[in-house]
Amino acid sequence: MTEFHDRGVEVVAISVDSPAESQKLCQSRGYSFPFLSDPNAQVIRQYGVLHPKGGEDDKDIARPAEFLVDTTGTIRWVNLTDDFRVRARPEAVLGAISRLGG
Amino acid sequence: MKRHWNVAIWAGFGVVIVALVSYIPIFARFPLTRDVPWANYLLFLLGGGLLAVGVRRAFQDPEHYRGKISGSVFAVLSVLLCGFFVVGTVYLTKQIPSAERALRPGQPAPPFVLQDIAGKQVASSELLKGHRAVVLVFYRGYW
Repeated sequence: MTEFHDRGVEVVAISVDSPAESQKLCQSRGYSFPFLSDPNAQVIRQYGVLHPKGGEDDKDIARPAEFLVDTTGTIRWVNLTDDFRVRARPEAVLGAISRLGG
Repeated sequence: MKRHWNVAIWAGFGVVIVALVSYIPIFARFPLTRDVPWANYLLFLLGGGLLAVGVRRAFQDPEHYRGKISGSVFAVLSVLLCGFFVVGTVYLTKQIPSAERALRPGQPAPPFVLQDIAGKQVASSELLKGHRAVVLVFYRGYW
């Protein structure tokens, strides 16, 4: 995580979880980066990563995905897994950050 | 003649249980053992091997070894548990919708304002201002 911050890159986690639930998660895992709550999956839908009825009680949730956004607000790199066990490795994201240039 | 307790059967089944339950708390935490759960497959193999030794003993040498029934029951259970793990890791976790509608590199990232864990409103524009780039990690959540 410090490696991301050293490079001036912020990591932000987004899910439909409430702030209270995310706080519990952050406390138990010791995460220090921002966790944002998108309870109605509005932002999740805009990014095209909605998993309709994927959660408990047919709740709409996010499918796992990582987006790298540069300062102009342009998406520069995307990782879309087809298996929710398999997420982007930090090395892969750092590699994409290196290719940003600037 | 007193018959021996068939250690291999119990040890084998124990290893199979460990193979099943160790994935989420231990091996899924490291990409190397997470993406392809080879460590768990190895444990299943080891447990299966021990069970096979135990069951063979029980049937070939029933005068010395116990475990014809327990060995058979544990062997069947182990096959089921291993099957459950394989189905879970190669099939169930892939039951997510395709990502064809996801935004692609080069497209503008839709701006947003969302609440953080302290209840504070955080705007994407604010995040971008102070940094070279932002990585947005969408995750399923703990519902």
